[in-house]
Amino acid sequence: MNFRTLIGAAMLALSATTFAAAPASPDAQVEHAWIRWLPAKLPAAGYAVIRNAGDEPLRLNGARSPDYGMVMLHHSRLAHGDSTMEMVDHLDIPAHGSVELSPGGYHLMLSQPMRTIKPGDRVKVTFEFAGGGELQTDFSVRPANASGPGD
Amino acid sequence: MPLRHRWLRLCLAAGALFALAACASHPQWQLDDVQGHLPDLKFQMTSDLGQPVTAATYRGKVTLLYFGYTHCPDVCPLTLVHLHTVLQKMGAAADDMRILFVTVDPTRDTVPVLHQYVTAFDPRVVGLTGTSDAIAQLAKRYRVFYKPAPAGASSSGEYEVTHSSAIYIFDREGRARLLATPGSSNDEILHDLNILVGQQS
Repeated sequence: MNFRTLIGAAMLALSATTFAAAPASPDAQVEHAWIRWLPAKLPAAGYAVIRNAGDEPLRLNGARSPDYGMVMLHHSRLAHGDSTMEMVDHLDIPAHGSVELSPGGYHLMLSQPMRTIKPGDRVKVTFEFAGGGELQTDFSVRPANASGPGD
Repeated sequence: MPLRHRWLRLCLAAGALFALAACASHPQWQLDDVQGHLPDLKFQMTSDLGQPVTAATYRGKVTLLYFGYTHCPDVCPLTLVHLHTVLQKMGAAADDMRILFVTVDPTRDTVPVLHQYVTAFDPRVVGLTGTSDAIAQLAKRYRVFYKPAPAGASSSGEYEVTHSSAIYIFDREGRARLLATPGSSNDEILHDLNILVGQQS
């Protein structure tokens, strides 16, 4: 184990304890959460509507799932007919507002599946908010050619 | 009336007549009409079944050419789902169509991965891969821009690929006819494909 891995492991252990003690985020609500399944252990995209019922804006910093080795907040951008996917640090949800993670825009990129995941499954995802708030949601896994959470 | 003005009027009238004639003989496309502006379909690649294929393999089919890659969980599926939905609406006529999904990421998109990916969307999608040169040539032919994998990238590497999102539509003879963009609606694509697939060459 080299120095960098050691630091990584230490940080991971530290964040795990932080998360275990993290308060729930009662102001956030998640609806229509689904994952577009892809074969061959390819990275999949997760979509949902996140509502903020509170009086203060919420900042989504990221997400994690026991079923995927990595979950990142991404944004697909279309400029001059070219499309690019870029990582996003955070996403702000206005007070009494909502943001939509939807195809062609913001989405979760879930990669390195830890088990065989197939359409019809449910995947647990925990959203992580600034200030330590968390929210766990079940995402339903939909076929590759699904157009939404329940078509 | 000065002679010059009479000529102008005559020209305008002739122009209007020509436009009318053009309308009568050409369908009202809702997508961009690119006939005569882009070259015929031409390539030598490997299909997702591992077979060598050329444009001639798909002669007789209306083809939709799209460049993408499988480590693209958001935009590429979105496009393929749109096309799948359109083909579903076309019914039996869609059997005369093929979606050619050309990978711009041949490093990670092996034939088996490509096969699993494209068949997850629609049986009429064909995955195409080839040497970096063959892919670059095909992209250049249609002025498609993409930023390929970084030099030395491995098949398990993590990297992003930028790619063009246009869909090039060819008739049964392999002539470039229409261009759809991510802004094109399913109804527009459906409308034009129904006309194109109905045209016997």
